[in-house]
Amino acid sequence: MDRPSATERQPEAPENAGALGDAGNPEADAPVGAGVIDTHGLTKRYRGGQLAVDGLDLTVPAGSVFGFLGPNGSGKTTTIRMLMGLIAPTSGTARVLGHPMPRASRVVLPQVGALIEGPALYGFLSGRDNLLRYDAADPTADPRTRRARVEAALDRVGLAAAAAKKAKAYSLGMKQRLGLAAALLQPRKLLVLDEPTNGLDPQGMREIRTLVRELAEDGTTVFLSSHLLDEIEQVCTHAAVMAQGRLIAQGAVADLAAGARGRLVVITPDPGEAARVLKEQGVADVVAAEDRVTGEPPERDLADVNAALVTAGVRVRGFTVERASLEDAFMALTGEGFDVAG
Amino acid sequence: MSRADLAVVDTAAVRPNPVWSLGLLRSEFVTTFRRWRTLALLGVLAAVPVLVGVSVRIETRGGGQAGPGGGAGPAFITQVTNNGLFLVFTALAATLPFFLPMAVGVVAGDAIAGEADAGTLRYLLVAPAGRTRLLLTKYATTMAFCLVATLVVAASALAVGALLFPLGDLTTISGTRISFADGLGRALLIALAVALSLAGVAALGLFVSTLTNSGIAAMATTVGLLITVQILDQIPQLHALQPYLFSHYWLSFADLIRDPVYWDDLVKNLELQALYTAVFGSAAWARFTTRDITA
Repeated sequence: MDRPSATERQPEAPENAGALGDAGNPEADAPVGAGVIDTHGLTKRYRGGQLAVDGLDLTVPAGSVFGFLGPNGSGKTTTIRMLMGLIAPTSGTARVLGHPMPRASRVVLPQVGALIEGPALYGFLSGRDNLLRYDAADPTADPRTRRARVEAALDRVGLAAAAAKKAKAYSLGMKQRLGLAAALLQPRKLLVLDEPTNGLDPQGMREIRTLVRELAEDGTTVFLSSHLLDEIEQVCTHAAVMAQGRLIAQGAVADLAAGARGRLVVITPDPGEAARVLKEQGVADVVAAEDRVTGEPPERDLADVNAALVTAGVRVRGFTVERASLEDAFMALTGEGFDVAG
Repeated sequence: MSRADLAVVDTAAVRPNPVWSLGLLRSEFVTTFRRWRTLALLGVLAAVPVLVGVSVRIETRGGGQAGPGGGAGPAFITQVTNNGLFLVFTALAATLPFFLPMAVGVVAGDAIAGEADAGTLRYLLVAPAGRTRLLLTKYATTMAFCLVATLVVAASALAVGALLFPLGDLTTISGTRISFADGLGRALLIALAVALSLAGVAALGLFVSTLTNSGIAAMATTVGLLITVQILDQIPQLHALQPYLFSHYWLSFADLIRDPVYWDDLVKNLELQALYTAVFGSAAWARFTTRDITA
């Protein structure tokens, strides 16, 4: 190794990822190590003329758990395939671990574990033999430690007991776990997980989330695509949102959610009076429904607003600001519901 | 695992042993020859000499010659009753026009397309198997299958021949007599020549395999091309074209039982197979290394 890798140089997430939806990044020649994944103007137009990915400028900070969000058909998988060297971009560049893809596949990919569009297995081989085959395909994998690494990977995803079973007898959840095990055959600097909890029961989903957190604590950067917002919100430190092939926003999850403002919620048996006082106090968009009055929080100190309510004789039972969820942020960004196919 | 452990493994990963990259070839051999489909194909091929041997035996029970008038049936069939070793030549002559290349077409056609069909291709490539390395591995395995398939036919024929007919010194096509050991050596040489005759089909099948994401389509196309070529080779009006059809010199292996061996057609056959391998191998490489893997 003639230069330190991105991971070593930047153990903490840099702040340069905070540019929300900032297209046209002028730093086309970004320094090596700006991110574990760095794309500039990445574009894919399929032969049919369909524009699947349109000028993507994506930066995944080292050490982050990066959520890649978007409805089905928004270009997530095409992006992942370009990052993994499976598809050649029509234009633009992609760097993974500081090297250009797909040119440096041979150097980059042994350090990347990937689960792309669901698991794919040899049905006529046992779970263990599937992993042995995938590991044999990696020329940098040491055959002397192969069996031990396969057993460790099976153990890590909880498949040790079913390792000798033929993969065609596996349930979807077991296949998904085996796919994850294949991504964990070697210590990786980057894990790319496309919809990793697909087909898993709630218990399995929780296990996967725990696993992702553990891996992130070890210093592995995790790039996680999903169409489940709460999943991203639970495990990710950063996120990017795609719709119809374009990147709408990227940044820290907290910043993204803050982009959509939270709402002030007052629980009271006197909603009419409360609504009047709240309007006086500068609360906009006041909505009263039964014992619940909500509105956009004003600039002034909320303690004063509460005091004003109490002074006016409103019986306040609850007074909170509900944090905006990523879903609110997504709605604000796209102006549409999430489950719309692009 | 701590950072330090990761770093240690990383330095090891930077200098992999070049021998490790042969792991894929070994894995490919094991995977191919453990498949039910491969075993079934080999089983069918092993059954052909049994069928030929038993039918010759039944037909000649009265002491007559095999084949009506001695003209019909695969080459050498009339000699089988005199010497069981001729069943090896007969069986290879019977399987080479269709059974053997069909089996090779199935294995070669499925090589890349089958992996794409199952989705395993993307995982092999991100492992990263490397596209050129994967293609070479697939071609090597297909050629190994050619050899194994031919040897299975030969071995089965030899076993059946030894069981049902006498063995001993044999008369060559040229009329001279050679020892049984010499005959056995020539049989092995013939098996090798037959296996190499299949190199062209293997390369063609591999090329077709890189064109599609459907294993079945690739297999069917390869076998279809094989049948078409065999038919074209029979049409007299196309005789100007025929020397370039990959199957044209296939039966030249019979020249190995002449004394002395007549090499001209054997060499032409090998040259033609080399040409097909070069052309379709390059086409397969050009296609596979530039293709978008969407399956």
